[in-house]
Amino acid sequence: MILLGILEQGMIYAIMALGLYITYKILDFPDLTVDGSFPLGAAVTVMLMTNVDSGMINAITLGHNPYIIMFLSCLAGGIAGLVTGIIHVKFKVRDLLSGVITMTGLYSINLHIAGKANVPIFNMETIFSNRGLDSLYPDLLDNLKVLIIISIVTIGSKILLDLYLKTKSGYLLRAVGDNTTLVVSLAKDSGSVKILGLVIANALVALSGSVMAQQQGFFEVSMGTGAMVIGLASVIIGTSLFKRVSFVKPTSAAIIGSIVYKASISLAMDMSLSMILAIVVAVVCIVYMKKELPLKVILTIISTVSVYLVVKLFIPYEMSASDMKLITSVLFMIILITGHEKKRRAKGARA
Amino acid sequence: MRRRGGLKVLELKDIHKVYSAGTINESCLFQGFNLRIEKGEFVSVVGSNGSGKTSMLNIICGSIDIDQGQIFVGDKDITDIKEHVRYNKIGRVYQNPAMGTCPTMTILENMSLADNKGKSFNLRMGTNKSRIEYYKESLSQLGLGLEDRLNTQVGTLSGGQRQAMALLMSTMTPIDFLVLDEHTAALDPKTAEKIMELTDKIVHEKHLTTIMVTHNLRYAVKYGNRLLMMHQGEAILDKKNAEKSKLKVDDLLGLFSQISVELGN
Repeated sequence: MILLGILEQGMIYAIMALGLYITYKILDFPDLTVDGSFPLGAAVTVMLMTNVDSGMINAITLGHNPYIIMFLSCLAGGIAGLVTGIIHVKFKVRDLLSGVITMTGLYSINLHIAGKANVPIFNMETIFSNRGLDSLYPDLLDNLKVLIIISIVTIGSKILLDLYLKTKSGYLLRAVGDNTTLVVSLAKDSGSVKILGLVIANALVALSGSVMAQQQGFFEVSMGTGAMVIGLASVIIGTSLFKRVSFVKPTSAAIIGSIVYKASISLAMDMSLSMILAIVVAVVCIVYMKKELPLKVILTIISTVSVYLVVKLFIPYEMSASDMKLITSVLFMIILITGHEKKRRAKGARA
Repeated sequence: MRRRGGLKVLELKDIHKVYSAGTINESCLFQGFNLRIEKGEFVSVVGSNGSGKTSMLNIICGSIDIDQGQIFVGDKDITDIKEHVRYNKIGRVYQNPAMGTCPTMTILENMSLADNKGKSFNLRMGTNKSRIEYYKESLSQLGLGLEDRLNTQVGTLSGGQRQAMALLMSTMTPIDFLVLDEHTAALDPKTAEKIMELTDKIVHEKHLTTIMVTHNLRYAVKYGNRLLMMHQGEAILDKKNAEKSKLKVDDLLGLFSQISVELGN
């Protein structure tokens, strides 16, 4: 049951990880819009689902079809990416800050779209349960149903993205992240290509948010806090895991990374504070200590155990569900520290 | 009024450029600079640092704006045309070999990108299978064995190999002229020699009008049919064809030391 939960959540966040793969790995753009466009996808979804009575929206959604709603949420995310892109490229605001601008603005916009901070959609037709689907779907695999549908959406997005990256336009997108000068030499405006990348990435992120809202059954205005960190961690885990395995596409790596990340979070949630801090100390020791091997092992064990005992004895702190984000940030730090180690080695090897 | 000689390819007319205008660091680079390049000319440009060689290239390509003056390509005024649009008809190779290729993309993908210059980058397949033979053929002319390594990432190639590819890629589609910005400066002497020979070959085969900035006086004397020496934003020496072929490295060195004396160095 826990495993199923990890897979479901991991696969949903994997769609977002695909988006972050575009911005972070291909474009080398630290896109903070994600924290706003993820809940934006959810907000648009619940707004369209709960407002069936309004004539205009009824016409747009063609009679309340969850698949079309999902597609429209995707478009909304694309617009968010467009705004960030224009702020960055046309108005020459720094990449990080243009994302912050959009993200901050989206918080209010999401509240306006959804109507209030928390909107349930438990009894609505979603991509997981609707009349058309229920009549087709065999009862046999009922508990796997959600996972199967999520996997179809995620793997479908991955295949589409892989195909896109093989087109001429996709080549140009990869070229922009690699070498802007070359794109200009090819007589193309590198700015517009960057904007296009941000649009696609945030469309994927909003799709992820839309699926998330439908899976958990509600929209919550702060559901995007830390979304970028989750997606980024997934991409970094995935690409470092499969660095030397050339037949695994980076997009597949991002999906697997997302599942691994979700698994490690749920593992960490069951740990005590002393255990988590001990692991942090162990990782820092292994990566940064410059000593001979036997001494390094001994020192690492001593410091890890002492930190564990000191925290256990002197800090009476019980972990709870509210520490989720704290664990997220600590885990992200560990991932970045270990990722940094690999990069350093690669540089040393070349020299 | 037609001047003697061939068709005009490029003309810089009365160019003015001041850096950091209005500050104490204000430095005037060009004050009414003129240059006219005709079809088929291979111009070597030499000059000390800060003489305006690279600035001239950047002005031609649109990387930096000018304060006053006009730039013509053919009979068309391109002064107000954006940088990336100008590159439709300009090929450029940079000093840094990493600038002309995409390191994380394969040789084949890089060739496909260059082949598509000037066309639309749409949702068709990035690599046209029927062009692969052509890519292999042009790569084999480099004599580096790259044609057998089409799926290698360009980032793993050496500087010389990348520069050779950059040269090939920048001349793949029809261009009005080729701009070489000290393109052998970052290479070892042997590789530099090879890239220069390759440059000469490509320029002759494709009948390209070329502007080459270089610090290597020997290359400037040996290659090309026109030589330009820049100093403080002016062309202090401009020799063509027969006159140019009489020039020796020593003549240029003499001129260089003359300039230095004037500057009081």
